[in-house]
Amino acid sequence: MKKSDRAGGVQPAKWLLKLYVAGQTPRSLQAFANLKRICEEHLAGEYEIEVVDLLKNPQLAEGDQILALPTVVRKLPEPVRKIIGDLSNIERALIGLDLRSRPPKADHERVKTG
Amino acid sequence: MRSPKSKTVKPGILPGDLPKCPTGIHGLDEITFGGLPRGRPTLVCGGPGCGKTLLGMEFLVRGATEFDEPGVCLSFEETAGELASNVASLGFDVAGLIARKKLAIDHVHSDRSLIEEAGEYDLEALFIRLGHAVDSIGAKRVLLDSVEALFAELENEAILRSELRRLFRWLKEKNLTSVITGERGQSTLTPHGMEEYISDCVILLDHRVTETVLTRRLRVVKYRGSTHGTNEYPFLIERDGISVLPVTSIDLNYAASDDRVSTGVAGLDAMFGGKGYYRASGILVTGTAGTGKTSLAAHFVDAACARGERCAFFSFSESANQIIRNMRSIGIDLGRWVDKGLLHFQSSRPTTFGLEMHLIRIHKLIAEVDPSIVVMDAVTALLHSGAATEANSLLLRLLGFLKEKQITALLTTLTRGTDAQEQTDVDIASLVDTWLLLRDLESGGERNRGLYILKARGLAHSNQIREFLLTDHGAELREVYLGDAGLFTGSGRVTQEAKDASAALLARQEIEGRQRLLDRKRKALDAQIAALRVGLETEEHESRQLIAQEELKAKKWEQGRSEMARSRSADAGSPKRNRRAKARGGRK
Repeated sequence: MKKSDRAGGVQPAKWLLKLYVAGQTPRSLQAFANLKRICEEHLAGEYEIEVVDLLKNPQLAEGDQILALPTVVRKLPEPVRKIIGDLSNIERALIGLDLRSRPPKADHERVKTG
Repeated sequence: MRSPKSKTVKPGILPGDLPKCPTGIHGLDEITFGGLPRGRPTLVCGGPGCGKTLLGMEFLVRGATEFDEPGVCLSFEETAGELASNVASLGFDVAGLIARKKLAIDHVHSDRSLIEEAGEYDLEALFIRLGHAVDSIGAKRVLLDSVEALFAELENEAILRSELRRLFRWLKEKNLTSVITGERGQSTLTPHGMEEYISDCVILLDHRVTETVLTRRLRVVKYRGSTHGTNEYPFLIERDGISVLPVTSIDLNYAASDDRVSTGVAGLDAMFGGKGYYRASGILVTGTAGTGKTSLAAHFVDAACARGERCAFFSFSESANQIIRNMRSIGIDLGRWVDKGLLHFQSSRPTTFGLEMHLIRIHKLIAEVDPSIVVMDAVTALLHSGAATEANSLLLRLLGFLKEKQITALLTTLTRGTDAQEQTDVDIASLVDTWLLLRDLESGGERNRGLYILKARGLAHSNQIREFLLTDHGAELREVYLGDAGLFTGSGRVTQEAKDASAALLARQEIEGRQRLLDRKRKALDAQIAALRVGLETEEHESRQLIAQEELKAKKWEQGRSEMARSRSADAGSPKRNRRAKARGGRK
């Protein structure tokens, strides 16, 4: 499952995303698929996804303060942001990745349902 | 991996059957009859600043250092560095323990503002981190410090709740003895009802301020499968960790000693049938200011040290040096016993700490010194540093503890002049076995000290008041003067004694005069008797002479007659007459 999708050849990617999972559970596979789709839609050619399996490397959880699984950590561009969950809520995933600005509070429901 | 034994445990059975994990915290293991439930989670909850984290850390550190059980701390609030420096003041070398792989601290932190929740998730990473830490050092103990902090960090409470439930189950499965801390809730023990998940053992910490004095308390709310002390126990956070005081767990079944111990004052010993107090009894000395309570205590201590016994002297009004100096003025050198290590002073201002702190300090010194005699000078001051009811129960527990330890305790209390003499601030009279009352006896423009024995359980004792004198060679008890003119003490007594002495002298002289008169009479009589006897003797003598002359005369007459007869019988003597004459002579 460890994959690096890199577009743009030798140039370092503008977006570095780490996906933390624990084994190949349906939820982690779902998360990876959702993340990949979002990136292809919004960041084609500019992103890199690194999948970290904590079952294999449990010591890595502490560094990024991973608590929930799955978690996507946006390492680049800074600041670091985290999105937890299987990313089935695309809107919130986009907000979490800062690809869409957070809607005003009053409009929150509308955006979410829409 | 639970031990097979724990599976058979049912609630409500005797202590000892449930495997327990000693915490190593002073007093806590006594309250819980051996420690926390082994291999199960324990909830420790309480308000901010009540010492939850500290209790948890001490549990880990003592486990690592004293029981060879490494521990993992999953901290949701403080970083490892902060935790280490917080407990460094208690002498816990956290960094050293981490280096030796006896302790692992993982700071779990997430900032809600930087986290977006997008879809389903679980807290598997938390399990992985904890599992990793546990495996890396072979941990047996776990501390989850304020796991409820997660409620602030994660939006989805339903997930969090089910995950926490899974976490506690996981801890049990791993047979990890864990302490989980939680804040105090409004209506429930914790704000998020954590006690629903952790039902094996719940400990509640509390601190409250009564009359400006802070008291920390600990209560075991629940302990499934084990009996436990149910009261609120005072505890302290001290230089070497937490001390809980399980004083009320002591039953009233202490041994009663027949051994007696001298009061240190010969006159007072005499009032107790010449032997003094019972050993391991409680002695209360009450009196108004300046009646010599401390001096009486000093005598007691001095005598005990002279016998080679160890004593602990708790003073709440004077410093050790001041007591030593003052007692020197009445000829008691307490300094030498301090030098010899027999006498230990602990002077503290009553207002410095709360009651419980005093109590724990007393306990600590007693544990260190192991004395046979304890003096607490002016308990009154101590009693005023907290609420009266608490003070009463505290003293009760303390006396119980001392009796249990077979320590003779002498307490002094100060009564105000306006109070009833026989009333003490707290009704500690029923707690003590012997009660001495020192009081001022005012008469003739001076105050003198009087001493009574108000009660002495199981001891024959004098019911008399004695005058209590403080001389430069110690305390002395004098019989008070009790005569026709009333009761006298001090110079009144001296005057009255002098008066009595002169009256006695007069009486003696009178007797002597009569004696002499009698002697003279007897002598005169004797002389008379002698004179009469002399007269009698003279008369007797004369009479004898007369008799002798008469006899001689008669004899001579007889002789003359017989000679005449002899001369006649030569002529006409008949044998018959002769014979008659002979017989007459013979009869004569």
